[in-house]
Amino acid sequence: MKAFTNVNPRTLEDAVSALTRSRASGARAVVSGGGSDLLGLIKERLVQPDIVVNLKTVAGLSNVRADARATTIGGLITLDALSREAHIRRDYQGLAEAAASVGTPQIRNVGTLAGNVCQRPWCWYLRNGYACYKNGGDRCFASSGENQYHAIFSQGPSYIVHPSDTAPALVALDARFRVVGPRGERLVNASEFFVLPRVDPARENVLQDDEILAEIVLPPAVSSRRSTYAKILDREAWTHALVSAAVVLDMDGDVCRRARIVLGGVAPVPWDRPRAAGLLEGQRVTPELAAAVAEAAVSDARPLAKNGYKVPLTRGLVGRTVLALARQ
Amino acid sequence: MKKLSRRNFLETTAAGIAAAAVPVETGAQPTPTNQGTGPTGPRTTLELVVNSRRHRLDVEDRCTLAELLRDHLHLTGTKIGCDRGECGACTVLLDGLPIYACSYLGVWADGRSVETVEGLASPRGLHPLQESFIEHDAPQCGFCTSGQLMSAKALLTVNPQPSAQQVREALTGNLCRCSNYNQYVAAVVATGRSARLGPGEDIA
Ligand SMILES: Cc1cc2nc3c(=O)[nH]c(=O)nc-3n(C[C@H](O)[C@H](O)[C@H](O)COP(=O)(O)OP(=O)(O)OC[C@H]3O[C@@H](n4cnc5c(N)ncnc54)[C@H](O)[C@@H]3O)c2cc1C
Ligand code: FES
Ligand code: FES
Repeated sequence: MKAFTNVNPRTLEDAVSALTRSRASGARAVVSGGGSDLLGLIKERLVQPDIVVNLKTVAGLSNVRADARATTIGGLITLDALSREAHIRRDYQGLAEAAASVGTPQIRNVGTLAGNVCQRPWCWYLRNGYACYKNGGDRCFASSGENQYHAIFSQGPSYIVHPSDTAPALVALDARFRVVGPRGERLVNASEFFVLPRVDPARENVLQDDEILAEIVLPPAVSSRRSTYAKILDREAWTHALVSAAVVLDMDGDVCRRARIVLGGVAPVPWDRPRAAGLLEGQRVTPELAAAVAEAAVSDARPLAKNGYKVPLTRGLVGRTVLALARQ
Repeated sequence: MKKLSRRNFLETTAAGIAAAAVPVETGAQPTPTNQGTGPTGPRTTLELVVNSRRHRLDVEDRCTLAELLRDHLHLTGTKIGCDRGECGACTVLLDGLPIYACSYLGVWADGRSVETVEGLASPRGLHPLQESFIEHDAPQCGFCTSGQLMSAKALLTVNPQPSAQQVREALTGNLCRCSNYNQYVAAVVATGRSARLGPGEDIA
């Protein structure tokens, strides 16, 4: 691995100033959560930092607090701790399921929620150092190359899929992200946090180089609301989703009042399907309706040469997940 | 069924000495061999407990926990397979939880407690999991075995009598290139069952 200096800030302010100071001196600085993605990127020389700012030493960023206005989750909570948190399991089940679906126990014991959301794409061209958009180049090798794991919803120019399991759940649950930087802090809606390649092909989210994702803020629990996260893999475990679906339903008896369906593994950002979800509102959720919702969720898909299988896979996943959640 | 080989005699004796004494180790360290030929990078002095023994070490910041254990402490029972979080051979316990030592910096373990496969045996003999692994012929080439043991140890600590399905889930992050998964699962399930015997009763 390239040599670098690890710094251990005690506070977010220290972490931000470590980033700004290193940059001012011409050093390349990156932040690390669990490091389960970052160290791989450094070993592959895709990231070549002089300074690694270790957020694990920042106090107070790994717990869950709830009051009448919000449930706030520290960005440094590990995925394992998040998936076991009683309050999250009860009121935000889809998020607990998403966290539990990541990788392996070893990855969930170190991987953080913020790191999961901010992980870089796992496109094999990017990870193998091809000079693609994501590596500062000017093309997407997947668009006409080996694209079996790539996007079925993208207008380009890059066809990566957003890899995070927790991101679709956070978008579906109307989370907001507290971002802290040298100019203070801002609260960004999860649905506006992720950016499409046509906005900026080199990035996956709105974070600037000197900003840190500090906390995730969820709206307060609602007793009529239920949520789930379903993930399909090409083997039983230890890999990213081929396709996944986060579904949130507000139910009034057996009638759905409000629905949210956000897909993973199919687009460069968590892929919100408001039109499909809208079909559920004010309706009893029958198998026929679930099938219509599933069809609407993929009707505008534009698969590449080798990932057409993702269309029926997504359709099937959405239909069965919506139905199972409504009947839960 | 305990066979005493020269190898486990040496290992258990070493573990016994380690458990008895808890001085801070500051002995000279060899120069790590696997970090390229360039000049060494920024270093940090850190303290951590490994298998109940406290160590003070000076390592490069880029040194992974797996390299720290193997190259600086000579605890080569922790294996490096992929070096990318994709195989599990490097699994150790950090404050009791299994992690990939190849994908964690040594400096991040400052002030924390690490358990490796070398910490399993005691002066009384092998750990019940190790006995059970032998009885079930679980290791084939053995390269994944120390990682499998550490994941199994973490499971039995929180769930002393796991079902086969629970064992499979706990060992998800440990590949076995020899594909001896069924023997590993059976060995862990059997260890859990035999744990039903009262304390002091022979587990093997
Ligand atoms: C074999 C393998 C399998 C995996 N399987 C899955 C999977 O199934 N699902 C899945 O979702 N992921 C998976 N991952 C990806 C990744 O390891 C996890 O998503 C993990 O949660 C990342 O969290 P971390 O804290 O370790 O991130 P880190 O490695 O610390 O960081 C990841 C990136 O985010 C940035 N970052 C981290 N924290 C912050 C912050 N607070 N603010 C701003 N930027 C930040 C870092 O600079 C880095 O670029 C897998 C990884 C491996 C190696
Ligand atoms: S060597 Fe660490 S997971 Fe393979
Ligand atoms: S015993 Fe050979 S890899 Fe598992």
